[in-house]
Amino acid sequence: MEIGVYSFGDVQRLPGGQLGSTAEAIRNLLEAIQLADQVGLGFFGVGEHHTAQFPASTPATILAAGAATTKRIKLGSSVIVLSTDDPVRVFQQFATVDAISRGRAEIIAGRGSSVESFPLFGYDLADYDKLYAEKLDLLMKLNEGERVTWSGEFRRPLKDALVVPRPHRGRLKIWLATGGNPESSLRAGLLGLPISYGIIGGRASRFTLLANLYRRAYEEAGHDPSGMEISVASPGFLSEDAKSAKDTFFRHWSRAIEAVARERGFPPPERRRFDWESNRDGALFAGSPEEIAERMVALHRAMGHVRHFLQMDVGQLPHREYLRSIELLGTKVLPLVDQELR
Amino acid sequence: MSRPDLGIIGAGRVGTALARLAMRSGYRVFLANSRAPESLKLVAEVLTPGATPVTAGEAASRGGLVILALPIRRFRALPVEELAAKVVVDAMNYLPEEDGIFADVEEDSRSSSEIVQGFLTRSRVVKALNHVGYGELEEESLPGIEGRRAFALAGDDPAAKRAIAELISDLGFDSLDAGPLSEGWRFEPGTPAFGGRYTASGLRRALDAATR
Ligand SMILES: NC(=O)c1ccc[n+]([C@@H]2O[C@H](COP(=O)([O-])OP(=O)(O)OC[C@H]3O[C@@H](n4cnc5c(N)ncnc54)[C@H](OP(=O)(O)O)[C@@H]3O)[C@@H](O)[C@H]2O)c1
Repeated sequence: MEIGVYSFGDVQRLPGGQLGSTAEAIRNLLEAIQLADQVGLGFFGVGEHHTAQFPASTPATILAAGAATTKRIKLGSSVIVLSTDDPVRVFQQFATVDAISRGRAEIIAGRGSSVESFPLFGYDLADYDKLYAEKLDLLMKLNEGERVTWSGEFRRPLKDALVVPRPHRGRLKIWLATGGNPESSLRAGLLGLPISYGIIGGRASRFTLLANLYRRAYEEAGHDPSGMEISVASPGFLSEDAKSAKDTFFRHWSRAIEAVARERGFPPPERRRFDWESNRDGALFAGSPEEIAERMVALHRAMGHVRHFLQMDVGQLPHREYLRSIELLGTKVLPLVDQELR
Repeated sequence: MSRPDLGIIGAGRVGTALARLAMRSGYRVFLANSRAPESLKLVAEVLTPGATPVTAGEAASRGGLVILALPIRRFRALPVEELAAKVVVDAMNYLPEEDGIFADVEEDSRSSSEIVQGFLTRSRVVKALNHVGYGELEEESLPGIEGRRAFALAGDDPAAKRAIAELISDLGFDSLDAGPLSEGWRFEPGTPAFGGRYTASGLRRALDAATR
């Protein structure tokens, strides 16, 4: 199983308590990508966000810098909010990252759970589902060949349009991202796309049912079985010992969740619940390397996912501790998981 | 004891979780999305084995009780005729951050369930099952045990409320009568009760503590 990291570009907190600069957050993110590559991790994802805490608004730009300064790690969006972007542009940007990295770029496309990109780019949220379906359709079409003829509802038709550069190996890997809505698992299976589950709370193994739905739909649609792949993205954090990993992560994760909770009208997270979710079958992978390796393997046995990647830098988590966590993930967790699943 | 059949309109996260829980305690479930039943065949087979995929109209007419588990911005597509005289559980929430600004609810000072009742004039709407995360429904269900997590319900028809209290109990939770439908705002997003884990007595305090 491939192990990796994803990030929305967490800003730091300054000694005086104010938020640090968003520009620094982007540089920190690049450093994290480079370290992840050095410690042998398989994937780094950058997730589009447009907030003062999470300024990674243009994943492809950051990934291009990563592509030029890393050797082996795969680089992807996690996710790109396709509904409010131009699929032609998205394709070109990731094909460019793919050219620079010689075939290491991937697109994880999703609807995005936050909707701040809709007003920002002038889209109407009422079109949420239709926008997504149409743009995904065009994106897949662009992946098939360099000349594209296509028409849809939200833009003028493309007639034999040339879209370059072409990906290093002809095609980009495009994953469909979902947070648990059954229709998305069905759709990914029917379209024959690999699927990426964002499992951010509760019991992680509840997604096993959805994974089964995805596999059934994929098989019944008759797609090439080699493309049937599942990945899991979840919050997580590593320290040498379990207690300090959980304490540190709770401090920052709860701050990030609190902000969302306030916006969406649910109560702030409680430590008791966090402890439940960051043990056994919970969705939060904060702990010691041994513990996290064991929990990833257990989930793998239920879900059969081929990649598990963690979001560690949330709620102004100190950059140094973030880097240390990435290092532990590569040097400790990865070999343990490999050993167990060999 | 014979249980009413359950129609569930909306086969997403909440709809499928409720369907599984209800079938576990012996309910027959008719499940619908916005399209033809064929589109739900595989979902039902894998996620809710035993539930019958139907159209929204059929879910309404075949269900003795009907749960609304669709995005609120679609409520005007509900089958008004088929829902007439039915006990209807409104599990929908309005969250502008997820739903976008929806003028029908945004510009109306009533609770969202009163707005739904205003549309389904001949149905008996009970607001319930909206203030819990879908994942928690199955994680925290404790059938047959007292003093478990409690859910609020609000509605204007006492018999309808009794029916829903029984349903909630079968699903594995206690329930608490929060009063008429106009009191439903006390467990909408942004209130202490919304998403909070409480037994009945704690929930009562949380409802009382709500402000608007
Ligand atoms: N997620 C939660 O934890 C939670 C908890 C409590 C309450 N709620 C509320 O429950 C509702 C559903 O949430 P969800 O998270 O389950 O959403 P979801 O996963 O996106 O599912 C929505 C479902 O509604 C269906 N639908 C849409 N328009 C419809 C129509 N006109 N007629 C019939 N079905 C229609 C969709 O079918 P198609 O595929 O055909 O569009 C889909 O099956 C929302 O109002 C939400 O606020 C959510």
